[in-house]
Amino acid sequence: MQDIKQIRESFSPPILEGKHDFATVSDKIGDITLKRKTPFHWFVGFAIFFLIAQMLLATVTYLLLKGVGIWGNNQPVGWAFDIINFVWWIGIGHAGTLISAILLLLNQKWRTSINRFAEAMTLFAVACAGLFPLLHTGRPWLAYWLFPYPNTMGMWPQFRSPLMWDVFAVSTYATVSLLFWYVGLIPDFATLRDRAKSKVFKIIYGILSWGWRGSARHWHRYEIAYLILAGLSTPLVLSVHSIVSFDFSVSQLPGWHATIFPPYFVAGAIFAGFAMVLILAIPLRHLYNMKDFITLAHLDYMGKVMLATGLIVCYGYAMEAFFGWYSAAQYEYYMIYNRIWGGPYWWFYWLLILCNGLSIQLLWFKRFRHSEFWLFTISVIVSIGMWLERFVIIVTSLHRDFLPSSWAMYSPTIYDYSMFLGTIGFFFTLFYLFVRFVPIISIFEVRTLLPEAHVHGHHQDFEEIVNEVEIEKIDKP
Amino acid sequence: MAQVFHKSANNIAKASIALAVILAGLSFYVITQLARSSYLTGAYLEKQQPVQFSHKHHVGDDGIDCRYCHTTVETTASAGMPPTQTCMNCHSQIWADSPYLEIVRASYRENKPIEWERVHDLPDYVYFNHSIHVNKGVGCSSCHGDIANMPAVYQVNTLQMEWCLSCHRNPADNIRPKSEIYNTSWVNNLTEEEKKRLMEEYKIRPKEMLTSCSTCHR
Repeated sequence: MQDIKQIRESFSPPILEGKHDFATVSDKIGDITLKRKTPFHWFVGFAIFFLIAQMLLATVTYLLLKGVGIWGNNQPVGWAFDIINFVWWIGIGHAGTLISAILLLLNQKWRTSINRFAEAMTLFAVACAGLFPLLHTGRPWLAYWLFPYPNTMGMWPQFRSPLMWDVFAVSTYATVSLLFWYVGLIPDFATLRDRAKSKVFKIIYGILSWGWRGSARHWHRYEIAYLILAGLSTPLVLSVHSIVSFDFSVSQLPGWHATIFPPYFVAGAIFAGFAMVLILAIPLRHLYNMKDFITLAHLDYMGKVMLATGLIVCYGYAMEAFFGWYSAAQYEYYMIYNRIWGGPYWWFYWLLILCNGLSIQLLWFKRFRHSEFWLFTISVIVSIGMWLERFVIIVTSLHRDFLPSSWAMYSPTIYDYSMFLGTIGFFFTLFYLFVRFVPIISIFEVRTLLPEAHVHGHHQDFEEIVNEVEIEKIDKP
Repeated sequence: MAQVFHKSANNIAKASIALAVILAGLSFYVITQLARSSYLTGAYLEKQQPVQFSHKHHVGDDGIDCRYCHTTVETTASAGMPPTQTCMNCHSQIWADSPYLEIVRASYRENKPIEWERVHDLPDYVYFNHSIHVNKGVGCSSCHGDIANMPAVYQVNTLQMEWCLSCHRNPADNIRPKSEIYNTSWVNNLTEEEKKRLMEEYKIRPKEMLTSCSTCHR
């Protein structure tokens, strides 16, 4: 009987390790938040990223005083770091939504121990992403003009513009993600409220948990609400980045005007997002000793998702080059020629292929998917690669205008760099605060993974469970 | 350990949802109304002028035509502010010693214009031309109100873009016969037939052209 278990585990490691019951799960996750002593590494990390976040604050202040002229973008490269970073960040968010919504609907149990911090990642990434187009408008205090409201100009926004769709897509995305995250947190906040020793935390978590008592009726309504939100989020995984890709593909520019853009962008977003989830998950499971909950199985699955989406992205690169040739249009042909070997940015393209195309080939092998070091390294490389991808798409398409007299090079200024680095600091600052004050893993959902949660009303030996699993596998093609 | 919150706190939680919705709706309404209020637009607020000049007296009682002072209204973008010499055409003869008019006489003596307070101030990014409006059947009172009955001139419209567009989108209801342009008390009781005839007579362009961005922003 033990052999069967071993054989099964050799194929896929368990998604919950160690000996746990309801109480130990609550202790292990809840104590990070409630335990008096904040670990030293938290202070160090927080201090570093908080300092970097101040760079963002300083840059934005200077930007508001001087205007967007402090950035390096100018004709013909009118969009550069601002839109590259926007797309980069918003793409990263997508993994969180995919994990929380689509994997929930597909009944993938392994999502349970990573969805909470992945959703937090989504929220913080969207916050960073939103800053860029907001400041790109030049007068962010008038950004509400983007919304359709009865304004004194007697005008609606231009509904035919993809930039307008972006406003709706991103604001819907932010709202639904926040609701989803928060609704999922309510039972956990109630757990913290009941376990907190200090009155202040009791009150704060008490307010946040909205009087949750965990009654059967509460759970019934909770399940319905959570499913509805999952249903709402699911199309968003596909729609948000499709609409972001319309910003480019709806325009007539060679290098942007391609029908492959929506699926290519969505795959890229999930690719980059899973890389970021791994970048966050690997240190988390070490620093907070979460190896029981974030197991090798999770790393393995995420590695596989990265490989699959990465290959779709590579197909996108291949198709872009193919279209350039097959279109038989001289502008399209020139764009791809200029991008790959003829132009001054050719090495960006090959760096991108190296990061996104070659590095992920290691993930075919279980050895690399089970190695934290390699997964972390590949994730960082992929994050860089996805940033380069947006740079290549945006800058190499723009810098060679239709008229050679309009050709120019793009180079970012120090404020472009400080703003980008600043958002990374801002992102991790928020993440550090999240780790300190909110349960990083869904306590109640991990409890459902325990054998105690599956009461069958009679004793079941291991063989029966195995049989059940096998039958389930047959039922689900 | 006992709960911090009493059972009744649940009702507060429920009420707070309704309250948040009501507050959001209310503040939306207040903000959109405030944006059109005379507090922000300056409408219906009389301005103190250096000389107590009454349009009601000069236009309403004396019957002086608008164009006597605002001479360029039919030919240029600006209607034109009269020089002190225009005032002195009459006031060198009548009310010549009035203390009210000392500022006017001083201006005339020293050849220094009177600094009137501007009442109708459009933003600089708006290309506005008086002559095209006057020549296409838009009367003074359509924008400036019944000036002949205003002791001190005040703005009667918001001068906001939605107000401009309300006419540009629907010119037929806002034009009048050429003879009534300077009649500030004119009441529109034209029939649909007459409006149609006026539209043709003035050759007013279609709505799409009147509301094109570059019609007003150049």
